[in-house]
Amino acid sequence: MIEAIDFSLLALTSPGWGGALLAGFLRSVELAAGGYLLGIVIGLLGATAKIYGGRILRDIAELYTLLIRAVPELVLMLLFYYVGTDLLNTLMASLGREGIDIDGLSAGILVIGLVQGGYATEVFRGAIRAVPPGQIEAAQAFGMSPFRVLRRVTLPAMAPHALPGMANLWMIATKDTALLAVIGFSELTLVTKQAAAATREYFLFFIAAGLLYLALTLISNLGLRWLERRARRGLPAAA
Amino acid sequence: MNDATPAVEIRDLHKRFGRLEVLKGISLTARPGDVVAVIGGSGSGKSTMLRCINMLETPTAGDIAIHGEDYKMRATRDGGLEPADRKQLQRIRAQLGMVFQSFNLWPHRTVLGNVIEVPVQVMGLPRDEAVARARQVLDRVGLAAKEDAYPSQMSGGQQQRCAIARVLAVEPLAMLFDEPTSALDPELVGEVLNVIRDLASEKRTMILVTHEMGFARDVASHVVYLKDGRIEEQGPPEQIFGDPRSPHLQQFIRSIA
Repeated sequence: MIEAIDFSLLALTSPGWGGALLAGFLRSVELAAGGYLLGIVIGLLGATAKIYGGRILRDIAELYTLLIRAVPELVLMLLFYYVGTDLLNTLMASLGREGIDIDGLSAGILVIGLVQGGYATEVFRGAIRAVPPGQIEAAQAFGMSPFRVLRRVTLPAMAPHALPGMANLWMIATKDTALLAVIGFSELTLVTKQAAAATREYFLFFIAAGLLYLALTLISNLGLRWLERRARRGLPAAA
Repeated sequence: MNDATPAVEIRDLHKRFGRLEVLKGISLTARPGDVVAVIGGSGSGKSTMLRCINMLETPTAGDIAIHGEDYKMRATRDGGLEPADRKQLQRIRAQLGMVFQSFNLWPHRTVLGNVIEVPVQVMGLPRDEAVARARQVLDRVGLAAKEDAYPSQMSGGQQQRCAIARVLAVEPLAMLFDEPTSALDPELVGEVLNVIRDLASEKRTMILVTHEMGFARDVASHVVYLKDGRIEEQGPPEQIFGDPRSPHLQQFIRSIA
């Protein structure tokens, strides 16, 4: 027999868990946004290294994307989080410095960013390749420096090609934050699990968490659609 | 002809792509005000020669000077040359304007955005000054009403005229035209040629690679006929088209006519 669901458990203040859920949700959004932005930076560096870099830079970028894309994300996260901080502390110790304490948020952003960067590198690489070389050549012929060519021509011209892939990566970033529950981040999934376990209302809390993830996706879609319209200005409408 | 410093001077230019030697020693001078038309069959090396002038192709051997200044070059490992001084390369390039066969406008910028881009970003002109100058040159090429359009919203002829305006806005020492009408529908060729003709009559220095023989004859002060990477014949247009000496050129002109 199904008992009536006690929605008061979702109240924002104790004994309700709503406030904790929202805090976890905000933490998830922070992790996703930070990791995504870091991923964009790494992706741009990786893509330019792969396309314009010398042999060594190219090999490094190649190895990075190979590893990121070959190893399951959960394993990568565990690896970066535990081994990464360990390595960092050992390194600092060998340099005679004391170990640094990375706070949870930075560590989480770093972990998500490193994973996202691997995929973003490939998205940007494909998008840059899709820019007709003549447009870049024209910029060079007018005496633009390589950096300016990149900033004024290559990057804006590749943006519409990168957006669908990057929109995808944002969705993945929001959901990858849930994996961080395994490491003990009190993001939405972990908080939900705690709330559910404490109250035995698994259905209620996981539905609530699902709705929060869904809301994030729907709002993101609006933003992404606006971005895509903006990036595609000047391009013929998609067939 | 006056004895002013040549706008463009090419001395014994060689270019090799792998085992294929495309340019086999070309020397050519364009003085200020010259309109040099370069003609020749496909594969004769005329576009390659033009692209060497602003180093979009790097020569295998030879020297190129723009307004008396030689590009500083250094040897590469595979036996060619490459620009040795990036600052100098950018400075010289900024004095040349190239019009491409496929326009190569920047699709994410409006017509006005395309025309002010180089004055603002490379020459450091204040934006309002660049806009004023852009409106002037857009008016010259008949695109005054189109400044807010994006390239994709215009015909090929309009796009190429915009590309010409983009070059005019940098007030170049010499304009390089790489088959500017080859990608256009036949009915759009005229409007672009008219703009170029107009500019030629103002004694602007131009080097023009073209398949439009009638046009070359009209506007050029000097015609160069390239055959297999060498200059086979050159001279004033009346001589090249009216009294060609080399049998190849005679045949070429017959085949085009």
